[in-house]
Amino acid sequence: MKFTISWLKEHLDTDASVAEIAETLTRVGLEVEAIEDRAAALSAFTIAYVIEAKQHPNADRLRVCMVDTGAGEPVQVVCGAPNARTGMKGVFSPPGSYIPGKKVTLGKGVIRGVESNGMLVSEAELELSDDHDGIIELPADAPVGQPYAPYAGLDDAVIEIAVTPNRADALGVAGIARDLAAAGLGKLKSSAVQPIPGSFPCPVKVKLDFTEGDKKLCPAFALRLVRGVKNGPSPDWLQARLRAVGLRPINALVDITNFMTLDRNRPLHVFDAAKVKGNVTVRRARAGETILALDGKTYTLTDEQVVIADEHGVESLAGIMGGEASGSSETTTDVLIESALWDPLNVARSGRALGINSDARYRFERGVDPDFARPGLDLATALVIELCGGEASEMEFVGELPASPAAIDFPWSEVKRLTGLELPQAEMQAALVSLGFEVSGDGDRVTVAPPSWRADVGGKADLVEEIVRIASLDRVASTPLPRIKGEVVKPVLTVLQKRTRIAKRTLAARGLVEAVTWSFISHDQAKLFGGGSPKLALANPIAADLSDMRPSLLPGLIRAAQSNADRGFPDVALFEVGQVFKSDEPEGQLIAATGLRRGTARLDGTGRHWDGGAKNVDLFDAKADVLGLLSGLGIPTGGLQIVAGGPAWAHPGRSATLQFGPKGVIGAFGEVHPKILKALDVKGPLVAFEIHLDALPLPKAKPTKVKPKLALSDFQPVTRDFAFIVDKAVAAGDMVKTAQGTDRALIANVGVFDLYEGAGVEAGKKSVALAVTLQPTEKTLTEAEIEAVGSKIVAEIGKRYGATLRG
Amino acid sequence: MTDIATLERDVLAAIDSAADEAAVEDVRIGALGKSGSISALLKTLGGMTPDERKEKGPQINGLRDRVQGAIAARKEALGEAALEARLASERVDVSLPVQDGPEARGRIHPISQVIDEITAIFGDMGFAIAEGPDVETDDLNFTKLNFPVGHPAREMHDTFFFAPDENGERKLLRTHTSPVQVRTMLAQQPPIRVICPGRTYRNDSDQTHTPMFHQVEGLVIDKSANLGHLKWILEEFCKSFFEIDDVKMRFRPSFFPFTEPSMEVDIQCSRKGGEIRFGEGDDWLEILGCGMVHPNVLRNCGLDPEVYQGFAWGMGIDRIAMLKYGMPDLRPFFEADVRWLAHYGFRPLDLPTLTGGLSS
Repeated sequence: MKFTISWLKEHLDTDASVAEIAETLTRVGLEVEAIEDRAAALSAFTIAYVIEAKQHPNADRLRVCMVDTGAGEPVQVVCGAPNARTGMKGVFSPPGSYIPGKKVTLGKGVIRGVESNGMLVSEAELELSDDHDGIIELPADAPVGQPYAPYAGLDDAVIEIAVTPNRADALGVAGIARDLAAAGLGKLKSSAVQPIPGSFPCPVKVKLDFTEGDKKLCPAFALRLVRGVKNGPSPDWLQARLRAVGLRPINALVDITNFMTLDRNRPLHVFDAAKVKGNVTVRRARAGETILALDGKTYTLTDEQVVIADEHGVESLAGIMGGEASGSSETTTDVLIESALWDPLNVARSGRALGINSDARYRFERGVDPDFARPGLDLATALVIELCGGEASEMEFVGELPASPAAIDFPWSEVKRLTGLELPQAEMQAALVSLGFEVSGDGDRVTVAPPSWRADVGGKADLVEEIVRIASLDRVASTPLPRIKGEVVKPVLTVLQKRTRIAKRTLAARGLVEAVTWSFISHDQAKLFGGGSPKLALANPIAADLSDMRPSLLPGLIRAAQSNADRGFPDVALFEVGQVFKSDEPEGQLIAATGLRRGTARLDGTGRHWDGGAKNVDLFDAKADVLGLLSGLGIPTGGLQIVAGGPAWAHPGRSATLQFGPKGVIGAFGEVHPKILKALDVKGPLVAFEIHLDALPLPKAKPTKVKPKLALSDFQPVTRDFAFIVDKAVAAGDMVKTAQGTDRALIANVGVFDLYEGAGVEAGKKSVALAVTLQPTEKTLTEAEIEAVGSKIVAEIGKRYGATLRG
Repeated sequence: MTDIATLERDVLAAIDSAADEAAVEDVRIGALGKSGSISALLKTLGGMTPDERKEKGPQINGLRDRVQGAIAARKEALGEAALEARLASERVDVSLPVQDGPEARGRIHPISQVIDEITAIFGDMGFAIAEGPDVETDDLNFTKLNFPVGHPAREMHDTFFFAPDENGERKLLRTHTSPVQVRTMLAQQPPIRVICPGRTYRNDSDQTHTPMFHQVEGLVIDKSANLGHLKWILEEFCKSFFEIDDVKMRFRPSFFPFTEPSMEVDIQCSRKGGEIRFGEGDDWLEILGCGMVHPNVLRNCGLDPEVYQGFAWGMGIDRIAMLKYGMPDLRPFFEADVRWLAHYGFRPLDLPTLTGGLSS
């Protein structure tokens, strides 16, 4: 919403400066977005007299002017304008001034060998209009040497405010003035409207053609004919006002409706009565009806839209835009002025459906003052008669004005209860009254009736807002919020919240970099990773490849890794801990911790290095990450099973599923399947893991924080090595478990210290070397006792896996 | 006498001139070995008269002790020299680079870091962290929050919708974290103090808008929480979060359907050379929206607005991250460019705490 200071002063008697006005507007909730002060921007430009203009000696199209700037000696200026001539008055721009229309700072110059010490400017150069055919010509009585902007009436700051959707009343300058007056910035000028009686009946009758349930679509409609008008350009003051706020003057009748919209938040429409046939009917459109609107476009309507129609058909889109056919023009002599009330929801919906944003729609969908429908028509009529002459008919009024907002039972203490601010009752009452509220009763509890233009005020809290915004929120004092119980805070994070945080820090500590990728991915990618259900597809995605809620973090991360590779960084390790979507229900949203390594981005280093070759990542890097993550989270892994084979995204022979039993799958790791790489258009080597944090076992509640007693043995551990030859298919992990199981009391650890296939080992077999550590607890083991355990291990592994000791 | 002195001179000379430990050993054997020269002298003591022994004994034993000492000293000196020679030969080029370790390469995303910072501050004030789903119902995202159906405020949200189900109900991606307020009030009785950080979505994209972003919502409900408390919380939060001693804030009346009175909050700042600094300057920067929870919202959540009252606020996590740490553009937050993450991200153990400071 834009307006000028002089416009505001038509409604507000004030001496306040522009800065004070702006500060107050923001303070009462009408946030100032911009102040355009053209007087300041044009302060360098002054009125000057051209003493002499003669032909430039070296250029046919240039003239050399001697200019009296009112400041001492005449100044020589080279000018290219065709209208520069001796004896004219114009606008002088001295060297060093900034020319807004050219975006340059003017310097002294020599043009074709003649010195030029400034410039005579055009309107275009000052951004006053598009006119750049010649320099500005001023009347002979223009005062030489005076600043141009105040002379031309440009010293009128334009203020633009942001109006929140609840404050329809501030979409007119009069309403803005009311707020400022209430805030103490001046006195509101009376804006009472004199009714116009009319000297003949309105010849056009109006019918509201609605079913009972539809009546709210047009509660009331007022119409009047003014005959014998002379339409033409509106007077300068009106044109200037409209131009200052960015509207193009059209003709007096149209300008009056625009003025009423901006001045009083009362959108109107004018019809050329000669083009309206018969009476008018307000009704729902019939599906397929069309209208050529004033914006030059033809709209096809449905029965969702409301129209004003005559015997020709649809003449106007209710509350949104008029029709071209019945619009007013320079030749209009009889004009019908409409002032109506429309249903905000219907206007909003229709405007959206038709794609029309108009000042009328903007205001009707926020709500206009119903009680001003009739005075608005009278005021517009008076303006028409004043500017265009003519004779007014009586007002045709159909329908019923809706009731004013209901009165509110209001205890003054509510202000302190909600804001902590204690105000004198008289001040609170004055604020409400100055905003147009009626306060009745006295004492601690009163009845407050909101004015007709404040449909947004419906309860006590709204009144509190009105009072404190006028009193100023600055007066509300900061008050410490006491602790609920005066004690040291208790932990607030849930297990999942803690795990989410620890997972991020653990993975970062393993050298992975945290990414945050889109929650939505392409449909194809979602399908590849087990998603793509229609319930999780957006009806209105922002882009075709951001259409489906992600079932996994992997597609986003894999694509991100490739983007980095494409930028020249092929060795990246990324992770994300975030939401994945298995259904559209709250419980279908899970937290996954997912990571990947690409190229040579291994834990202990990346890329080529003098100390070792650039080894590519393999699934054991992903396995180490995932086990490191579980360890960082403090998940006991005693019961964890690592089952060969992973999900569909993984290489079937180079992946595994992590589970606590078949029903307790928590995640997987592995090399990314070549088909996935191809489908996502990425290159490997690429290994990845994912863990569902929600699926992890919860920690057991413990009665105390005491750790189990530490039992240390006084006897040295002994280690014995065993190299077995087994079939390649035998899982080393199983051999380790079997070895451990042979004597749980004595065997403290079993490691795999060598793995070998090749020369010396039969084809299809492999050598797996185990290092078994025995930890005696009661006495040092004898060689015979050690030997006995060793034999048992060899026998057990031999029996279970067909293994023989390597010779 | 003379032979003892001569012998000592000869043996000590031999020790001195021994070039390595083996030569020293040869001298030792020659002198102190079974048939060594000094051993031979020692053997003569047995055949002496007590008087002779009294005289010669100390001489011969002294000779033995001095030679033994000289041998030990020589051996130690030679060992020392040998070690020095070995160490000299073992010199390596210490300028060779080592690989960056995982702790140097790993990074935490600024959004995670800022959520941890916010959690540290509000955790200390006794706020819990509440969460809710990204896929929400129209009822919780709008209706319960007092957005009338068809109201322009609803349209301003640029909502992402899913296809309608068999009953014509369509779910949506939450446009703000405010539905978590509603979920919290529906699930627990006051007093309530929660913050709700999370992902939010709007169908909008330009330099300062991405279709996905992060918000944190705060909610306090009890029987006395008022605007003064809200002001205090937000001022304390801003001082603590931006790590400045003083902050000037401006509360402007505004409008949100779910609060009444509603306010937008600006924070005073300076903008020099593109850098925003708080606690100085005379510019204002909008930072958040807030207000007293609307009576209709309390009612919709089963709370009596005559008994309970409270306030809520919401702000952009990405936005305050940008303001604090100076990222000029929002879009790279979600592009996973490792160069951006290495620069703007945080080290794995940069743990924000109130005791140690939020940032290092």
